[in-house]
Amino acid sequence: MSDSKPSPCIEIHAVDKIFGSEASGYRALDNVSLTIKDKEFFTLLGPSGCGKTTLLRMLAGFETPTRGDIYLHGRNVVELPPRARRVNMVFQNYALFPHLTVAQNIAFGLEMLDWKKPQIGERVAKMLSLVRLEEFSARKPAQLSGGQQQRVALARALAPQPEVLLLDEPLSALDLKLRKEMQSELKRLQRETGITFILVTHDQEEALAMSDRLAVMSGGRVLQAGTPEEIYSRPASRFVADFIGEANIIPGEALGRSGTLAIRPEHITLGAGTPARLRGAVREITFLGADTLFEIAVPHGTEILKIRARLRGRAPDVEVDGHVWLHWPDEVEWGVDG
Amino acid sequence: MRIKPALGLLSPAIIVIFIFMAIPMLIALAYSFATADAYGGVTMPPSISAYVQMLFTQDFDGSLIFTTSYLLIIWRSVYLAALATGLALAVGFPVAWYIVCQPPSRRRLLLTLVTLPFWINTLIRTYCWILILRDEGLINKFLSWLGAISQPLPLMYNQGAILLGLVYTFLPFMVLPIYATLERVDPRLIEAAFDLYASRYRVLRRVVWPLARPGVAAGLVLVFAPALGAFLQPDMLGGGKQLLLGSLIEMQFTSSRNWPFGSALAVLVTLAVVIALIAARGRKEAPAR
Repeated sequence: MSDSKPSPCIEIHAVDKIFGSEASGYRALDNVSLTIKDKEFFTLLGPSGCGKTTLLRMLAGFETPTRGDIYLHGRNVVELPPRARRVNMVFQNYALFPHLTVAQNIAFGLEMLDWKKPQIGERVAKMLSLVRLEEFSARKPAQLSGGQQQRVALARALAPQPEVLLLDEPLSALDLKLRKEMQSELKRLQRETGITFILVTHDQEEALAMSDRLAVMSGGRVLQAGTPEEIYSRPASRFVADFIGEANIIPGEALGRSGTLAIRPEHITLGAGTPARLRGAVREITFLGADTLFEIAVPHGTEILKIRARLRGRAPDVEVDGHVWLHWPDEVEWGVDG
Repeated sequence: MRIKPALGLLSPAIIVIFIFMAIPMLIALAYSFATADAYGGVTMPPSISAYVQMLFTQDFDGSLIFTTSYLLIIWRSVYLAALATGLALAVGFPVAWYIVCQPPSRRRLLLTLVTLPFWINTLIRTYCWILILRDEGLINKFLSWLGAISQPLPLMYNQGAILLGLVYTFLPFMVLPIYATLERVDPRLIEAAFDLYASRYRVLRRVVWPLARPGVAAGLVLVFAPALGAFLQPDMLGGGKQLLLGSLIEMQFTSSRNWPFGSALAVLVTLAVVIALIAARGRKEAPAR
């Protein structure tokens, strides 16, 4: 960790994972390569079945790649069992040991590493205060709320000072309010511990809010990796554009051009009079508080394009079934593959 | 107020328990305080001589002399039953663990195999062990054919043979409850333990074993109780040379025609099992809480 040059924490190199036989098996990961930097909050984002959990379990050591290599701080860990990697995991439903108290749960990894009793006590106390559960140390997991269990799972995984913390959909079992709280809690823990966090989620908002960088996955492939800003403003593909936020996909011919382009609903403005790029009929107006959402039907040859525009406040001069012109500046649109 | 409908729904169970369990036990209890009839059965007046007989013999002049002969039989029975239970645990736990680790379709097959012996009468299965263990049995024949032995090994009519019979007969009662608890253990707990640097042994010792304890406690009681009262295995495989409680009780109702004494011994066995049950329950609740 005292490296002077910023060495990558994890390098995933052309990893394939096939469950079952090579010919007829299920291809969970398809030529995945990723570099994750030290002390980074990295997110694997994608719909269920995209391979993100398989990749995470591979980093933990519960799965081995069919092909490819994984380096942890320069060391190939593909053949190493979970216990030989300084990597700890927060499981989806926490997997707390039901027969042990909160303090015993947190101490488990330290005992397995044969730490001395006084050091274990010290470390457990420190972890309890880090996750603010000091007064719950003698409770059993069943006596805690979901959010508290979550924090115990975090403390347990962080206690042995891993090089990397893996989080498998850690917030999915919590209700919305608690989820928002835990998002900032996780960010705080990552800042305070300086450990590389790798989070798996299918929730794009969560991914955008928390990550330093993220990788969007689908069908066992990494479609795009980058900072949240990069991926949101310049999605490389239609899938990414649609999965991260919302995007209108418009065939170029509708605008007298070639290719396909994408544009975010919030970048479109509506005008009644002046001719602009497209003209359509308003089908639906949904008032969302700060924003208003318009659904506009634009005729394109024999088809009808459904375009969504999201405007701040209420646009008083537009009504359902009225015709509007759609405007947007050049710099907010981008081309996507078919 | 809510007890009444519950009682109504429970009544079939209560009636069954009363007819098939409470009444026979109460009869045994009543007989144990009666006087033995010379031709079997019991007569009046009530007495506690059956219980006195466990510790004392009556001399010709009617005075009581303390004797350890029955105590010795009780001790030997408890010792053998406990040993059989321990062996059944040592064999049954790994078997249950192995079955849990298999894919579901194989689990069903293996569970069926575990319960398969129940389809054949215990008496017949015990006879089969005689065919295997006796001097001209399968094992001795095979070993002498190999030239490994010139004299047949004395495999029968000893405590080892009794133990083998007990463990063999009651092993499914150990495997099944342990399997039932292990099956409900979340596999992610085991993954979590591995992730937290536990070795295979420590995963077993620190996670699997504590979580399996309720099943282990149930298995211990389910094996110990019938092993303590067993008479088929000691009689047939042990040759009745070393008297055990089960055989002793059986004798009192047949050849010895001392029903009160047989009943008193049966009551004693029941008490021992009840105590074992309470002990198992207490142990399950104390550290697991």
